[in-house]
Amino acid sequence: MAEKKPLHKELTKGFLSENPVLRLVLGTCPTLATSTSVATALGMGISASIVLICSNIAISALRKFIPSKVRIPAYIVVIASFVTIVQMLVKAFVPALNDALGVYLPLIVVNCIILGRAEAFASKNSVVASAVDGLGMGIGFTTALFCMATVREIFGAGTFLKGIGDLLAVFGDVKFDGFTIPWLNEHPLLILVLAPGGFFVFGILMACANKVAESKGKPRAELRGCAVCPMAATCSLSECANTVKEAAE
Amino acid sequence: MKWFFSIIMTAILTNNYVLCKFLGICPFLGVSKKTNTAVGMSAAVIFVMVLATITTYPINLLLVKCDLEYLQTIVFILVIAALVQFVEIILKKYIPALYNSLGIYLPLITTNCAVLGVVLLNIQNGSGFAESVINSFGAGLGFMLAMVMFSGVRERLEGNDIPKFLQGLPITLVAASLTSVSFLGFTGVVEGIFG
Repeated sequence: MAEKKPLHKELTKGFLSENPVLRLVLGTCPTLATSTSVATALGMGISASIVLICSNIAISALRKFIPSKVRIPAYIVVIASFVTIVQMLVKAFVPALNDALGVYLPLIVVNCIILGRAEAFASKNSVVASAVDGLGMGIGFTTALFCMATVREIFGAGTFLKGIGDLLAVFGDVKFDGFTIPWLNEHPLLILVLAPGGFFVFGILMACANKVAESKGKPRAELRGCAVCPMAATCSLSECANTVKEAAE
Repeated sequence: MKWFFSIIMTAILTNNYVLCKFLGICPFLGVSKKTNTAVGMSAAVIFVMVLATITTYPINLLLVKCDLEYLQTIVFILVIAALVQFVEIILKKYIPALYNSLGIYLPLITTNCAVLGVVLLNIQNGSGFAESVINSFGAGLGFMLAMVMFSGVRERLEGNDIPKFLQGLPITLVAASLTSVSFLGFTGVVEGIFG
């Protein structure tokens, strides 16, 4: 039992106190780009989670064999291999999702959540702990995407879960294909599904997450892009050095 | 000439990589506090984007010829990572002046999704060599425009009285949203000018 408690904490920290999107401010590009509808957001979240869990397991298993000097390229190769596998699976089984995600599917490779977790967690912890950490972070990422996509789809298009049928088609013939929201469907706030709406909804969601964090006595989420950036060690950008120093203090 | 400007203007204004396609958001939010750093970072991005496109184009032809297209992601990210390292070493040794102004940004660019994104999008669109290079250059210029504009906006934000609820990152994102609205206004402009 002694071992179980920390594991359980590794799982919950991913979607609460250390939510990758809303607390650590990582992986902002896919969050903004794929949250136009709930179905694509879930597809993105699940694909990224699979890559995250697999790469965490592989990197943690190999942590004693990878020389620390070439670790970043080694991690990138591992992550890219899993992304390629997921990409092929999605193309074969859920072609509609492949079309919806487009270039963002191969771009999971440069999603900083995955490289960040490899560097910050998987390279230092056991295989089981890394797998659980990956699962927690994956759920956290998916949840944040889901929240954003819900707001953007309901108010921006007047639908909810539209296109989920294509995702569920993996499990056989499903008739369910989302809801249409009566009034909003005829008067959608189109700007919310366009690029500016993405930034706006993310900003407001971040403000709400900050409010919740403050009420729990935790600090607000700041853009520590560089402090958690896996390249921070090799990067001599003065601004970076400052943020790293601040984070250390 | 018309063709050239049409591609460049589309990449800068209507298809801006940062504000319309959401690629390269991390540096956009992280390195845009000061205009100087924003310019340096984007110059490095333009440089690497063009170089990466030039290098990956023949490699892609080879992959297609051998029926290995599924290896694109893994090959391109490795080529870009190696290229960035290589450029850094060469600049350090032979052109120290350029290294001092651009070199410090280079390690950051390996994991920048805008660079891999532009390479993959060029291939997805089936662009030829010249078109790909011009498009990458335009995408880099668009990145620079967005970064410089946004760094100006952020400098103005610093001294303002912002509600506590929105302080910090939320107001930055809302400001980015407004900057993005201004780019929405360019929809159709390129088609209007170049037919």
